[in-house]
Amino acid sequence: MRINVHFFALYRDLVGTGNLALDVADDATARVAVDELRARGGGFERLPEEPVVAVNLEYARLDRALEDGDELALLPPVAGG
Amino acid sequence: MSVHAAIVTSEIRPDAVLARLDDTADGAKLLFLGTVRETNGGRPVSGMRYDAYAEMAEKVLAEIAADVARVAGTDRVAIEHRTGELGLGEISVAIAVATPHRAHAFDACRHAIEEIKSRLPVWKKEHYTDGGDAWLDGTTPDVREAAR
Repeated sequence: MRINVHFFALYRDLVGTGNLALDVADDATARVAVDELRARGGGFERLPEEPVVAVNLEYARLDRALEDGDELALLPPVAGG
Repeated sequence: MSVHAAIVTSEIRPDAVLARLDDTADGAKLLFLGTVRETNGGRPVSGMRYDAYAEMAEKVLAEIAADVARVAGTDRVAIEHRTGELGLGEISVAIAVATPHRAHAFDACRHAIEEIKSRLPVWKKEHYTDGGDAWLDGTTPDVREAAR
């Protein structure tokens, strides 16, 4: 299945893009998607092993099962205000 | 009157934020402004850039404002957070709360800024007068509470 992955702030600088489409197995979790991203190399390996993630605009745990068309975001520690 | 929460990309006007709260049932109106300060750890700052996961930040900010309103027992809550490039002294966030009595207003305002700092998906990058820049260290949101 295909998901859309978003990167922000420091992570966007590390990987060189703000978003990309990722093909993953139908039973993939957020953790699996992160592992596949990090395995790409070329800057992606600098992403943390266990980043905070959001799925479809809500914070999610890494064991969250993904569905086709999901929006997965990798979020650095937040610094608003 | 309803709770107002917005991510904005232009200058925040404190008078406009406060004006959203007019209600003669209130005896206390409180306004908090977060602003860009000129040094951080002794390194002179020339400006700051705020990035947001905009769609999620709108949602989280609305949740924070609704939570603050519920706890304070008021629907007079207005919060705006700005993104983009900001210069020294410019306002990055405005939180306005109005309640019949002052104690709830102070608590509500404090709660709002603490929640913003702990879970709003926004990041800031400082620009330094020496030409460098750096993303500031942030806070890891408590996903066990926030997530499913």
